[in-house]
Amino acid sequence: MDPLLEALRLITSGDLYVRDVILRSLQISGSALLLAMVIGLPIGIAVGLTRFRLRLPLVAVINAGLAFPPVVVGLGVFLVLSRAGPLGDLQLLYTPAAMIGAQAILAGPYIAAVSLAAVENIPPDIALQARALGASRRQAIVLQLREVRTSLVAAVAAGFGAIISEVGAVMMVGGNILGETRVMTTAIVLETRRGNFDVAIAMGIVLMLIALGVNAVLLLLGRRTIRRGQVA
Amino acid sequence: MNAADGLLLGGAGLRRVYGGRTAVEVDRIELREGEMLAVFGPNGAGKSTLLRLLAMLEKPDAGEVTFRGESGRPAERALRAASAVVFQRPHFWSDSVEYNVGLGLSLRGVPRAESRARSRAVCEQLAISHLLGAPISQLSGGEAQRVALARALVLDPDILFLDEPTANLDTDSRLDLRHDLERVARQRATSVFLITHDRGEAFHLADRVAVLRGGKLVQTGTPKEIYENPADVYTARVTGAEFTISGVVTRAHERMVTVDIGGASFVALGEATTGTPVKIAYRPEDLVLGPPDVPAADLSTRNLVVATVEERRDMGGLVRLRLRGPVELVALVTLDAAEELGVDRGARVAVRAKATALHAFAAAAS
Repeated sequence: MDPLLEALRLITSGDLYVRDVILRSLQISGSALLLAMVIGLPIGIAVGLTRFRLRLPLVAVINAGLAFPPVVVGLGVFLVLSRAGPLGDLQLLYTPAAMIGAQAILAGPYIAAVSLAAVENIPPDIALQARALGASRRQAIVLQLREVRTSLVAAVAAGFGAIISEVGAVMMVGGNILGETRVMTTAIVLETRRGNFDVAIAMGIVLMLIALGVNAVLLLLGRRTIRRGQVA
Repeated sequence: MNAADGLLLGGAGLRRVYGGRTAVEVDRIELREGEMLAVFGPNGAGKSTLLRLLAMLEKPDAGEVTFRGESGRPAERALRAASAVVFQRPHFWSDSVEYNVGLGLSLRGVPRAESRARSRAVCEQLAISHLLGAPISQLSGGEAQRVALARALVLDPDILFLDEPTANLDTDSRLDLRHDLERVARQRATSVFLITHDRGEAFHLADRVAVLRGGKLVQTGTPKEIYENPADVYTARVTGAEFTISGVVTRAHERMVTVDIGGASFVALGEATTGTPVKIAYRPEDLVLGPPDVPAADLSTRNLVVATVEERRDMGGLVRLRLRGPVELVALVTLDAAEELGVDRGARVAVRAKATALHAFAAAAS
């Protein structure tokens, strides 16, 4: 049977193996994205909106994070979580938690850097106009962010893109254990090596659809925020 | 002076420096209850900076702004609650007109229903209620400026700061908005601090005009005071004065000077000392033309010369004439007067000017 047709059959029939790997991928990458958002967005916004002495070096560090090779991040997390590492006692290596940590480290700089670039380019007259309208400090920040909300959503989308298709780091710290840490990217590598092209293609199609779907949802959310526009 | 004297907002010893350049250096400026004060000056005079300082949107490097007799944070909070600003290029949030008009109310915690009712009322007053549901991006320049004005007026401010609100509009929109500004501000008895580089706007709308040049206040007074007694060459020029007469002061006495212009002399208002080269400011409409057959004895009378028409320009009901006598003169007469006198090119006329209509300024000051 044609591997592509078999892949489509696996997807449409709700094959247990495929479904299990897809759900785990979404859980791990979704959790990592949330963690990266919670850390990356405030850092990007704060550094973008304020001016202080060591700002430029800090911006350089954040931007350098964009170039982190995933395998090096994986190696770092591996060493930290390995039995001899500083967090070895937590016994997190080869668990979803380790994968979430590694992916958050990869996505965080993307979210921080893209949101920083968006926020620092907000024209100063927006803050002036907001204050002239009687906005408090917090309200003025919200009103400024409202004008770059699409860019902030793009920052999150960039972070998601950085982790959903990543394989090196999750392979190193997750170990690709069936039923525990196997996600779509590691499954594609494994199944291709085994010659199970139908399963690999099925995972690949789903991965592409998820990447497109999540970006579409994030953009729609951005537009809806525009309409609601609650600031007070 | 305090609140009891009608002083609403005051600035004293204000100084603001950007990168070593002093943008504003104003000893004293005051806005009183219910008045419209126009700060008038050329581009780069520091007008917008002065507005931001007085609106407490920017801190001065020196000096103090007081609102209702208070200064510091309490005054800033009170002023923010009691004032609204319309900028030359107002920022609008990407949403509907209604959202933008009601934004200030929403920031103040006004309930949505009340905010909508107030927004509608003020938009009706400014004839833009039909735009309430429109996206802000679809407005013309004139409509956008009206929305900005509505967004300010809906707050029912005690002070309205206007930073060149008509600067980017075409002539019709500018005149319409100016008319609405005046009508609404007077109806609501709002105190207005208007920044403008438009002479007509400043002198037509304002109760008092402050002339700002190079960051410093050159003169403050009613439009009539400034028009009749400009403090310097710049003020005289921007209020429409001509400067074609120059000479040397031969006599100075109690704010009057006699100026020898070579073959004739003029008496003018001025404080230059004897021997000082001066330029005399006059308004073309203040020169009185008459038949040239003036008795020789009268010609020795000050402020009377005979001149030849070199150029005639008809401007609707008025005629502008360039005359050549002992000095070049520019006169503005009605079409009827021009016809009566027959002031075509080459015609000779007698030109008279009252001493109080002439202002002598040291030539170095121009």
